[in-house]
Amino acid sequence: MTAATGAARRAAVTETPARFRDLLAAEWIKLWSLRSTRWTLPLVLLFVVGVSVNASLADHRNWPTYPEERREMFRLYGPVRDAFPEAGYLLLILASATVGALTVVGEYQSGLIRATFAAVPARRATVAAKAAVLAGVMLALGTVTAATSFWVSQAILADRGAGWSAGEPGVLRAVVASAVLVPVCSLVGMGLGALVRHAAGAVAAATSLLVLVPMAVDSDEHRWIAELYNALPLTAWLRLIEVHPDILNPDPYPATVTGAWLTFAAWSLASTLAAVAVVRRRDP
Amino acid sequence: MDRVIEMSALTRRYGRKTAVDDLTLTVRPGHVTGFLGPNGAGKSTTLRMIIGLTAPTSGTVTVDGVRFADRPRGLRHAGALLDAGDVHGGRGAVAHLSALARSNGIARGRVDEVLREVGLSAVGRRRIGGFSLGMRQRLGIAAALLGDPPVLLFDEPFNGLDPEGVRWVRDLFRRLAAEGRTVFVSSHLMSEMQNCADRLVVIGRGRLIAEQGLAEFAARSARAGVSVRTPDPARLAAVLAAEGADVRPSDTGTLVVTGLTAARIGDLALAHRVGLHELTTRTASLEEAFMALTADNVEYPAGEGTR
Repeated sequence: MTAATGAARRAAVTETPARFRDLLAAEWIKLWSLRSTRWTLPLVLLFVVGVSVNASLADHRNWPTYPEERREMFRLYGPVRDAFPEAGYLLLILASATVGALTVVGEYQSGLIRATFAAVPARRATVAAKAAVLAGVMLALGTVTAATSFWVSQAILADRGAGWSAGEPGVLRAVVASAVLVPVCSLVGMGLGALVRHAAGAVAAATSLLVLVPMAVDSDEHRWIAELYNALPLTAWLRLIEVHPDILNPDPYPATVTGAWLTFAAWSLASTLAAVAVVRRRDP
Repeated sequence: MDRVIEMSALTRRYGRKTAVDDLTLTVRPGHVTGFLGPNGAGKSTTLRMIIGLTAPTSGTVTVDGVRFADRPRGLRHAGALLDAGDVHGGRGAVAHLSALARSNGIARGRVDEVLREVGLSAVGRRRIGGFSLGMRQRLGIAAALLGDPPVLLFDEPFNGLDPEGVRWVRDLFRRLAAEGRTVFVSSHLMSEMQNCADRLVVIGRGRLIAEQGLAEFAARSARAGVSVRTPDPARLAAVLAAEGADVRPSDTGTLVVTGLTAARIGDLALAHRVGLHELTTRTASLEEAFMALTADNVEYPAGEGTR
């Protein structure tokens, strides 16, 4: 090929300004072109909704055997537990964190990150686009999951006169919080992934932070421990889905609803900023 | 500045080890410039600094007059194949290239163009994880070409390629240079550069050893000579030495003569009635020149350090 046709060809690839939405589109392609994403997200949705349906059906089945005071207690605390059962939501938390961690770790461990940064030297913009696409997709997953598990479980319980509607005080908040929990955990996973840059390490760290530590902490003894405990994502979620306060085992240092929302926001923001900062600083 | 890679006192240290040491160098367009050095000489670190992946400890490097890390998008300014393994095995070739193209605002049609160019159109949908090293090299070259950039960097692009692939890559590099681009290709094997590069940069232990055209390089350190086989080496050696030639026996039983042409040696042998079985002018091999040049600068020499 001669220089002349080379120049002609160059004109075909026109110079375009650096647009953030191109980075969003690129991250979108990267996320959905992995088989693991296409399989994991629907399976997680099915599993979580399945656990919720199973719990609701169990209560529906056993309802005739419940004495009246148990039915009264159930009407206060039962529907939210069937809609957002711990077993399903712990898996949802871990799956979200893992997906988040892999968006960064997958690039570092494969070496793709070097091709990515050679193509887009603006590393902060790349990580911001990654966080935005991740948060958007995971919010969609969380919304579908939380809305479906709530709606199906309450439809089943309604047959026994025990179901809630989203219009009752505090109920919509529980659904929204369960949806938002998913992108929050995925961003925490992404931040840890950027810090650790190793899949097993990032997932272990996320599991500890999001699930194991909050389950191990005894928050009744010391105020400062209780406040740290209240600042964890899992605690924040548990507070936000609490429609009626627990009168049998009252918490001496309860979390507030506002504090819980702020906890969600702070973890998301801190994780994203940490990812942006370390990715820019370190040589890939 | 146009299309030029310019390094000025470029240095990169890792702890106490200096990978690239005070490298000042200009790589110009219109040539395939070979970047040679033994393993561990600092070639890859240099290329990574050019493309902005590694920050220099001191000194500067610019592409087209701009520090690469300062550009928001890179593919239209320089394309690089640094390591064919820098891909996610779970993706298909089309998805991999589409994401890269999209991040730089390059139209989707360009992906099919470069896949066709490197001969991977038929396997575009297959997962990269199943690609051979040679196919990954081709994919890496396709990614480097995406932005139709004026500057191209290739780190050991011949690894894993079959002979047909090697020839294709050489032709491609020469064509890219003929189109007026700057093509900078690293290798630790001189033989790979021989039919490809027209300029050479040699480094050892992070320092610049030589920078010149291929022919000058060959002439520089390897001595041309004449290989002579004769049934009476002692007598012929005496005759030639008397004419001022330097005569050394080689391990294959021939004499290696420098300082006289083959024609003159033949005439002298005839005049002194010494039989000749072979008379060959040896051209200086680039490999020899390279080995001689880098012998003192090998980072990991074999056979040393053992007790």
